[in-house]
Amino acid sequence: MALLEVSGLTTHFHTRNGVVRAVDGVSFSVDRGETLGIVGESGSGKSVTCYSLLRLIPEPPGRIESGTAMFDGQDLLQMTQAQLRQVRGKRISMIFQDPMTSLNPYLRISTQLVEALQVHSDIDDKAALAKAIAALEEVGIPEASRRVRSYPHEFSGGMRQRVMIAMALITDPDLLIADEPTTALDVTVQAQILEIIRQRQEKLGTAVILVTHDLGVVAGTCDKVNVMYAGRIMESGTAEQVFYEARHPYTRALQKTIPSLQKKGQKLFTIPGLPPDLAKPITGCAFYPRCPYPKVAGPVGDVPVLRDLGNGHCHAECHFCDSTAPIESVLPEDLAEDAVVGDAAPAEGGAA
Amino acid sequence: MVKFIGLRLLQGAIVLLAIYAVTFFLVAMTPGSPFSSERAIRPEILAQIEAFYGYDKPALERFWLSLVNMLQGEFGPSAVYANRSVTDIIGEAFPVSLQLGGMALVIALLLGIPAGIIAAVKRNTWLDYLPMSLAMAGICLPSFVMGPMLALLFGIILRLLPVAGWFGPEYWILPAGTLGLVYAAYFARLTRGGMLEMLNQDWVRTARAKGVPERQIIFKHCLKGGLIPAITFLGPALAGIISGSFVVETIFQVPGLGQWFVRGALNRDDFLILGLTLLFAALIVVMNLLVDIAQVALNPRLKHG
Amino acid sequence: MADLASKLPLSPAPITPEQLEQGSSLWSDAWARLRKNKLALGSLFMFILIGLFCVVGPWLSPYDSQAQNLFAGAEGPSADHWFGTDTLGRDLMVRVMEGGRISLLVGLVATSVSLLIGVVYGATAGYIGGKVDAGMMRFVDLLYALPFTIFVILLMVAFGRSLWLMFVAIGCVEWLTMARIVRAGVIDLKKQEFVEAAVSLGLSNRRIILRHLIPNVLGPVIVIATLTVPAVMLLEAFLSFLGLGVQPPNASWGVLINEGQQNMEIFAWLLIFPAFFFALTLFCLNFLGDGLRDALDPKSAGD
Repeated sequence: MALLEVSGLTTHFHTRNGVVRAVDGVSFSVDRGETLGIVGESGSGKSVTCYSLLRLIPEPPGRIESGTAMFDGQDLLQMTQAQLRQVRGKRISMIFQDPMTSLNPYLRISTQLVEALQVHSDIDDKAALAKAIAALEEVGIPEASRRVRSYPHEFSGGMRQRVMIAMALITDPDLLIADEPTTALDVTVQAQILEIIRQRQEKLGTAVILVTHDLGVVAGTCDKVNVMYAGRIMESGTAEQVFYEARHPYTRALQKTIPSLQKKGQKLFTIPGLPPDLAKPITGCAFYPRCPYPKVAGPVGDVPVLRDLGNGHCHAECHFCDSTAPIESVLPEDLAEDAVVGDAAPAEGGAA
Repeated sequence: MVKFIGLRLLQGAIVLLAIYAVTFFLVAMTPGSPFSSERAIRPEILAQIEAFYGYDKPALERFWLSLVNMLQGEFGPSAVYANRSVTDIIGEAFPVSLQLGGMALVIALLLGIPAGIIAAVKRNTWLDYLPMSLAMAGICLPSFVMGPMLALLFGIILRLLPVAGWFGPEYWILPAGTLGLVYAAYFARLTRGGMLEMLNQDWVRTARAKGVPERQIIFKHCLKGGLIPAITFLGPALAGIISGSFVVETIFQVPGLGQWFVRGALNRDDFLILGLTLLFAALIVVMNLLVDIAQVALNPRLKHG
Repeated sequence: MADLASKLPLSPAPITPEQLEQGSSLWSDAWARLRKNKLALGSLFMFILIGLFCVVGPWLSPYDSQAQNLFAGAEGPSADHWFGTDTLGRDLMVRVMEGGRISLLVGLVATSVSLLIGVVYGATAGYIGGKVDAGMMRFVDLLYALPFTIFVILLMVAFGRSLWLMFVAIGCVEWLTMARIVRAGVIDLKKQEFVEAAVSLGLSNRRIILRHLIPNVLGPVIVIATLTVPAVMLLEAFLSFLGLGVQPPNASWGVLINEGQQNMEIFAWLLIFPAFFFALTLFCLNFLGDGLRDALDPKSAGD
């Protein structure tokens, strides 16, 4: 049995402007030692999925409407607060997007590292501090025994994210959830942080859920990938399957947005249009309005079901999933052919 | 830190000097002298009295004279109350006001801060709405409305507490309560705001993800930062309690400095006004200095930055 | 970027100068939010009622606020005198109305004075920036820390107790928050992208100030002004209560509360009526100010 088995997870936010369906019936599983990547544009529900697992979404306005998340035989979504506290930080740890705001500026690094240990075990102060220093050394912070006494503001962003990793892993959790751990960091630091996560994972055998909007990051680090859009999974499978045998038009379009995978001099690609407003019910394929393929028929079904290709590769029902026509062939002429040199604007989907 | 305190002390001294100068010349600009009013005195005797108190000299000269005296702790005579020196009056009335103000501040902090914390933690429940409505009432009911109302209710209708005088603990309750409740309301609102800001921070989510119990999140992670707005308000609160004491001491016949200041202002008792203004200003300047130090001590970013 | 966006199907249209100038949605949004806030709306309504009561009331009343009638001295509320009479036999209802006129007048005029000083000072500091700004704001910090009520008292003592002096004296000490808010708004706007966008689109300085700066600083200024009115009314009542403000035979609510307080052991209504109206007015203005803040500044209304 998988370490974590999520099925039908649905999280809604009840706001003044209506019910926002942030996560809409998401299912996936993670095994021990495995890395699952969740990719999607901003607002696709990937972070909310992770927060829902540890029930960290603000309630109200958020509410987990339905679904199960079986973690080692127990449903995370049905636990009492007390049971949940035993899991949080001990068996499942989390790293957040912005290391600048995720550490408490009023408390020393040592206090925050030691706290994670002392909340979950009867460890004395001295032993806890020794473990904290060791944890800092393991994530590559020099002079750890001195710097453990510092406050967060004395550290750079990359260093703080290292502290976050040390703090998350100090209790040897079974599962690490990393919510866009490198988004707020410099490109050079990004690679270091991912490498540290990989090393620690290898050593401890931790399962990792890596949330990111960067397909490049996923390709290098993940065993399995979920592609999310508008709160739903569009395509899932092994990294190879999703990268080399992408079926869904959204996945194909997303791949086109990775600048490094495109020919030099090619005009940067952005997916036309904006993600749908999740406060309005979406019937049919959520990507339909932005889909570059010719609109031969209306969208499929009410909510397209995930079709399993038999080898663990799943994708949402779609008219074009079996189409072998490359996505370039359906894009407007000038977009596909134009080659503009030196247009290096960042290409996050749709944000033209 | 030492340099910081030294700098602030110097600044405080300059501020006090400025306050003293402004007060002095404001009083000096007032037409006539304190002795010219009300009582019919023969002009030559009036001139004699004024000469005795230095009123025949130019204002600037008098300013330096009084400044030198003031620095030696000699606040001068009361112009209206014969044979009383301002130092005497302060010595007699200051302990009373200190006690009244101290009790009011303690009441304000002990009621306001816990109420603010509870309201923030239990936001949008009746534990938030009730104390916050009361706090709004406290802010809208100034001491000169709250005081007579409390006196009417507890003193005259229920006959539980004496409404005038300062002779023992039962006499302290109404004045200190009146003065304290108003500021409890401010502290409650500020603490609630500060705690809410802290509770909405990303690092609170980090702490929750670590499995830290809610109580520990509130007291260990949020209290330090959450109290900063309330602590910053201590300076203005002291200033408010001092001016509130003018009213409260009048209503409840408390023989403190506030009553003397009002009487001094109404009767143009120059030396008394000068002495008391300087004393009040010094108290507030010292309080602001303490607040500055506390802020630096609480916020590691200020300490090192 | 712009030409790329225009080629894409379904992409949002590029932003035009006309759209940049649409400030009206801020106000209609704010009005919609305010309308949902029953407490603030009720406060506004109640405040208007109190205003009408005080301004129009004395003309409708059969009594003259100065007319003494020692035979009808200090009578409780009755059919003739709804609020009773004071110790000199004057009708309390008319006294409360006319007291309210003076209190409200002080509130409005002194707030205008503080508004004028605060906006000029804050805008100057924010616009010039740099060392001048730092110095000017340090001065405001210093004043904040001072016992300013004492200064108002001293001003009243030094210059005599006239109503007009009181307006100026109170206005002179209540402008600090206004100056801070305006300065913060100006500085904020100077670096905001839409102002830069407006500049790059070639809008003239005058238009930028008229269409962007003023409407955007106006929100917080209205909020602070609304909250300054009760603050200055409080200060006026405080002074009048101590006998340093409005002088008899004129009366403000502060004077009436003081008279009531002196006689409350026997004639409680003399305290209760003016205190009730005064407190109610402060309630309304504070709730209205809070509601306006929530409506005009949704960022700070998160809780």
